[in-house]
Amino acid sequence: MSRITTTEPTWVKWTLIGTALGAMALVLIVPLVAVFWEGLAAGWNVYWAAVVDADARHALWLTLAAAGISLVVNGVAGIAAAWAIARFRFPGRSLLITAIELPFSVSPVVVGLLFVLLFGAHGWFGPMLAAHDVKILFAMPGIVLATLFITFPFVVRELLPVMEAVGSEEEEAARVLGARGWHILWRVTLPNVKWGLIYGLILCSARAIGEFGAVSVVSGHIRGETNTMPLHVEILYNDYQYNAAFACASVLCLTALVTLALKAVVEWRAERALKQGGKTP
Amino acid sequence: MRVLPGFGISLGITLLWLGLLVILPLAALAAKAAGMGWHDLWQVWSEPRVIAALELSFFTAAIAAVANLFLGLLIAWVLVRYRFPGRKLADALVDLPFALPTAVAGIALTTLYAPTGWIGEPLSHLGIKVAFAPLGIVVALVFVTLPFVVRTVQPVLEAVPHEVEEASASLGASRLQTFRRVILPELIPALATGFALAFARGLGEYGSVVFISGNLPMKTEILPLVIIGKLDQYAVPAATAIAVLMLILSFIMLLAINLLQRWAQRRAVA
Repeated sequence: MSRITTTEPTWVKWTLIGTALGAMALVLIVPLVAVFWEGLAAGWNVYWAAVVDADARHALWLTLAAAGISLVVNGVAGIAAAWAIARFRFPGRSLLITAIELPFSVSPVVVGLLFVLLFGAHGWFGPMLAAHDVKILFAMPGIVLATLFITFPFVVRELLPVMEAVGSEEEEAARVLGARGWHILWRVTLPNVKWGLIYGLILCSARAIGEFGAVSVVSGHIRGETNTMPLHVEILYNDYQYNAAFACASVLCLTALVTLALKAVVEWRAERALKQGGKTP
Repeated sequence: MRVLPGFGISLGITLLWLGLLVILPLAALAAKAAGMGWHDLWQVWSEPRVIAALELSFFTAAIAAVANLFLGLLIAWVLVRYRFPGRKLADALVDLPFALPTAVAGIALTTLYAPTGWIGEPLSHLGIKVAFAPLGIVVALVFVTLPFVVRTVQPVLEAVPHEVEEASASLGASRLQTFRRVILPELIPALATGFALAFARGLGEYGSVVFISGNLPMKTEILPLVIIGKLDQYAVPAATAIAVLMLILSFIMLLAINLLQRWAQRRAVA
């Protein structure tokens, strides 16, 4: 009796499933298909030429380099921040958590503007940089800084709840047994929170690769020099080179799909580790 | 308590990282705005073009967030409550808008909804213009903010105890009554949080919108685009003033989201 009354009638159930999947197909799948369709519309040769074009290759390199630097900096600092916040109580702790989340609520275009205000010709450091002939804005350092700002919270945000859930008993035991700080980090903490860390790094790299607004403001759009892959797509599109634009866009789609696949695998592994009594949620 | 080592160095790294990358740039903005004074800020904020863009950004973000409130609840419900082939794939796909570069979403949606596109062409026969109109901005924002409501509602829906539904049913409530009176109230804080997150993201979104909106001043120009426009004219103070306005809006949203989450936690404990 109770089983019947706490489920919906079959027709309601399948109508809801159908509507949800239909909506997802329309909103999510159709645009994805359109990218590959438009990219390949002029044939495989045009597609391939657009992907291996020198400007496209340079843009891809720049994108991956900026993403790589973001992963290292925000990964290392994210681990440090999660350690400080999860393992210690100190005044201003909750303020620090709020401050770390701050970059999420700043519009990408505003992020770009922030770095213009710092390093632009009339910015705080502009005259000093010009005197020493150092270029940050409209050059690679600006792109890296904007990407760092945008992806700032991802690793800490995923790491913090996992670290708090795992607790510090094992680390304290290691300490009492005489392990040094770095040993505790390498041998106890990081293995315990590795899925949370990997998850954060995946989200960080996806956002870094795809960032558009912030990078657009600071890059200066110099082809073959300061164009990242998303900016390269924009330029091709605005040049009416639709097939080439969509060909390069499809490369970015592939990175997005790989991200989703990795994410699913990590979630599955983390769940399995939890079920097996492991400590990694 | 301080059995564990590394407090000094980890907090030091954190403060250095936060200070140089986030606080210093925001301080530059604050200093620039303070240097302008209220009168100059107000002058930029009351430009007709800025007000029009603010209204457009506000309404399109709100409409998209409302649309995702319903769509997100439906998707979360189906993913949590039903078992069907392809459920895991559908669950993974929900995050696509977070993983896909916004510019790619932008050009794909523009091509689909343009008057010659797969979806835009049939709609144009019905007299509905999507791309290069405010509706196109809503379409782009619905795509970009789809995951928020799904991902905030999903865990809460999973945690609703089965017993309360059984109790409600055994007291004679119909399934719809149980949903409206028992399940939905449990979900309201999560729905509100998802709505606020989607709305906040929609206000600042740029990459997916800039292609499909058409960018006509006073008609389809969103607030971030006005900043770009000012920067292109080297009007840095005006761009700063608009950025301050956007930051004030997002801090209000951030505060609202925090209050909502506190409310949700209190309800979960109670």
